[in-house]
Amino acid sequence: MPQTSREEREGPRTLAVRVWRGREEGGFREYRVPAQANQTVLDVVTWIQRELDPTLAYRFACRVGMCGSCAMTVNGRARWTCRTHVSRVAGPEGRLELRPLANLPVIRDLAADMTPFFDKWAKARGRFQPKDAPDGAVPEEFHVVPPASRQRREADAGIECIGCGVCYASCDVVSWNPDYLGPAALNRAWTLVNDVRDGAQAERLAAVAGDAGCHSCHSTQSCTEHCPKQLDPSAAIAGLKRRLFWDTLLGRRA
Amino acid sequence: MRAQAPSPVGPAAPRRPGGLRARPHPTYLAFLVHRVSGLLLALFLPLHFWALSRAIEGEAALEGFLRWADTPLVKAGEWLLVVLLAAHLAGGLRVLALEFLGWRRRQKDMVAVTAGFALACGLLFLLNLL
Repeated sequence: MPQTSREEREGPRTLAVRVWRGREEGGFREYRVPAQANQTVLDVVTWIQRELDPTLAYRFACRVGMCGSCAMTVNGRARWTCRTHVSRVAGPEGRLELRPLANLPVIRDLAADMTPFFDKWAKARGRFQPKDAPDGAVPEEFHVVPPASRQRREADAGIECIGCGVCYASCDVVSWNPDYLGPAALNRAWTLVNDVRDGAQAERLAAVAGDAGCHSCHSTQSCTEHCPKQLDPSAAIAGLKRRLFWDTLLGRRA
Repeated sequence: MRAQAPSPVGPAAPRRPGGLRARPHPTYLAFLVHRVSGLLLALFLPLHFWALSRAIEGEAALEGFLRWADTPLVKAGEWLLVVLLAAHLAGGLRVLALEFLGWRRRQKDMVAVTAGFALACGLLFLLNLL
């Protein structure tokens, strides 16, 4: 039977954690953190801030994968730190490299500024607009939406997005074109395009049809690959492209 | 346990989505193959037209070119060209299917099919040579 080292059997005793410090300009600092048998990356960051360096800035809230605020770049890949076990990513040598989410400005250390991300949701008309009721009144046209209808199923496919920004940080097109609306905003737009109760379809389709809209997507599908909720923004973007193609070809767009 | 005071190590790293290690998944590789094969084919096209132009300059010029094209190195280049064409064609059909048919599932299987098609075309070409 081959001999295995203690590290291979039990994992490392300490983790070597390189953490981004600073804003856009900055550098990595290395911290030694005691390894535990059961430990998430967020546990590691919290330990560093409480035990070693209280000036470390990072963001979290729920710690159980519901809020989406603790996303960071862990060993080169955007992940929810609260749902990422160290043992899955640190390797036998126990190495971690933590950076803020890519494609976003840095507030400080591991906290990325989500403003451009949510501004693009607004630009893509990601807000539900009831038909006939712009002032918030009850719409006259009351829709019964069967849950099994095709459009409702299309809308349901992407509705669980919690806006964590993992897809946005993983998207090559955003890094090539900073104006690109990004997978999350376009996924939201596709959800609303399929909502039969919504009254802003023409404006929404116009908003996502520009140079920085759905047609910029190269279908590399990193968003779908990395989405922690297993949503498929790439399919949503393809849906928008398809809808715009036929609407334009058949003269359905005003 | 209290560790040593942290020391700065390493310069600023580019804040891109993390290099190839962040995206070694099949659909990204399919995108790369499609893009690179397209660029190489675009670069080849002027050469193709130049080769055709030999015919205008007379039979001897064309004959000389065709004899040169029979050398093993050029044949190997032709094989690469066939694979690039097949990969680009299959990759393009895959993207059209993805965008027009709205297939959500089995994207990775589609990538595998396109790769298989390109390799099969390459093999057929090699078998014809032997």
